Amino acid sequence: MVELAGPAAATDGALAAVARAPNKLEVNDLTIRYGSTVALRKVKLSIREHEIFGIIGPANAGKTSFLKAINRMDVFTTGMQVDGEIRFNGLDTRHLKNVYALRSRIGVVFPLPVGLPMTVYDNVALSPRLRGIREKAELDVIVQRCLTRAALWDEVKDRLHALGSLLSGGQQQRLTIARALSQEPDLLMLDEFSIAVDPVTTMRIEDVLKDLRREVTIILVTNLVQQARRLADRTAFFLAGECVEIGITEDLFTGEVKDQRTRDYVEGRFG
Amino acid sequence: MTTANPALFQASDLNQRNARVQQRFRLLFGLMTLLLITPVLLILATLLVKGGGAISWEFLFTAPTDGMRSGGLFPALLGTVWLVTVALLLSVPIGVFAAIYLSEYAGDNWFTRIINLAIINLAGVPSIVHALFGLGAFVLFFKFGTSILAASLTLAVMTMPVVIVATRESLQAVPPAFREACWNMGATRWQTIRRVVLPNSITGILTGVILEVSRTAGETAPIMFTGAVFFTPFLPHSVLDQTMALSLHLFVVATQVPGIAEELPFGVALVLIGLVLTMNSVSIAFRMWLRGKKKW
Repeated sequence: MVELAGPAAATDGALAAVARAPNKLEVNDLTIRYGSTVALRKVKLSIREHEIFGIIGPANAGKTSFLKAINRMDVFTTGMQVDGEIRFNGLDTRHLKNVYALRSRIGVVFPLPVGLPMTVYDNVALSPRLRGIREKAELDVIVQRCLTRAALWDEVKDRLHALGSLLSGGQQQRLTIARALSQEPDLLMLDEFSIAVDPVTTMRIEDVLKDLRREVTIILVTNLVQQARRLADRTAFFLAGECVEIGITEDLFTGEVKDQRTRDYVEGRFG
Repeated sequence: MTTANPALFQASDLNQRNARVQQRFRLLFGLMTLLLITPVLLILATLLVKGGGAISWEFLFTAPTDGMRSGGLFPALLGTVWLVTVALLLSVPIGVFAAIYLSEYAGDNWFTRIINLAIINLAGVPSIVHALFGLGAFVLFFKFGTSILAASLTLAVMTMPVVIVATRESLQAVPPAFREACWNMGATRWQTIRRVVLPNSITGILTGVILEVSRTAGETAPIMFTGAVFFTPFLPHSVLDQTMALSLHLFVVATQVPGIAEELPFGVALVLIGLVLTMNSVSIAFRMWLRGKKKW
């Protein structure tokens, strides 16, 4: 319905709501190094609650490293050094003892769908089980709810106990989203989720994301600038480890940019 | 191009040469495979022909009599089962747990690299050296005497590297993306190992164990000084008893007893191979059952 009113009207309404929202994530002076290579330099940004925050930029811009730093996956990457401040719900995550609690609040969707080698049901029930939920009835409810919200329930309800890895690529990616939702996350981070997904499924997932914003904050890393335009309230442009510009998404596309490089990128003038 | 060009689908000289070369390599690889299985078939055939006549209920389930010249091999058969079982109980948990640590927990630093190097070297130590080590360490130093325990410990030390290497290989065959997806959900390393890594590597781990069973049952040198004896009229009752063993028994009847019937040593060898093959078949069946449930 908002679609009919045009993208500008849609973002205006949403933006007004978002502008009043408190910050979900605050990043200050974030620098990421791999050995002597700097992947991200002095990034400062904040993401508001229930916002869809887009991050665009070419390969090697530091987008994925940025996501890794947020949920403290840097400890699993040898040589990855993170400096600076990241506050999630006001809490400093860099000096957190219980990183598991942090990660369980953040759902992640990878570029290539990772259907874990277990049944569809078990894929979605894994996170609740890790939280200690044992009762079948309760798990059933969670599994159905998450699969429904990921727009996958109708397609898999008859084969919940088939292997997740037997689903098609697009279904597996929605399974990954369902799994992320089963964490009951505060924040959903999607890293170029549509790379291995056909356009129709991409649109379905995008619709899902528009719905989800009522419940979670979303960081959408994408190399499709038009995807950012369709979904994101605000968008940051990363280039070679630098956060070049952060602005209201529509502004970046209507030419109200501060930096010429942003204009060139969104208009497809360099690669 | 709109008109069909017949020359397009004619084999050029180069095409034909490539086809000939590919045929030759195929023949070479096939011959090597044949060469590989020939000794196995010959051994089995020889044993069946020459030793098959010796196999009987009595041969399997009675003790040797008349200075090994007649009677059966039951004490040796039972002894080998004891030795293999105790050795497995010791080496599989230690080997698998160590491999899990090395693969899933330990970082890639000089210390783990030294450990890995040590494991590979341990796998290359000749079994007679293990035997002398077992004699010095378990029989004399720990005062277990020549016993099943000392012999099994020696066998365990000898076969542990195989278990570790096989386990580590199969753990690392599980795609890292699965682990990362699990960690991203807030799972600890152990939760990830238990729910994702182990269920998908168990078949490979079992392969390592199967290899170990075969090797343990057949080894002679390591048990000669540490727990297996030439002949004992008693069956073992605890791990501190001495025992006869099939491999040593075979060595004895084949070389140490004059005037023995020719079919007897072949019969012993046939039983030893039969035992190993039976154990392997059970593990392979179990593995196939597990693989039927494999998930990707």
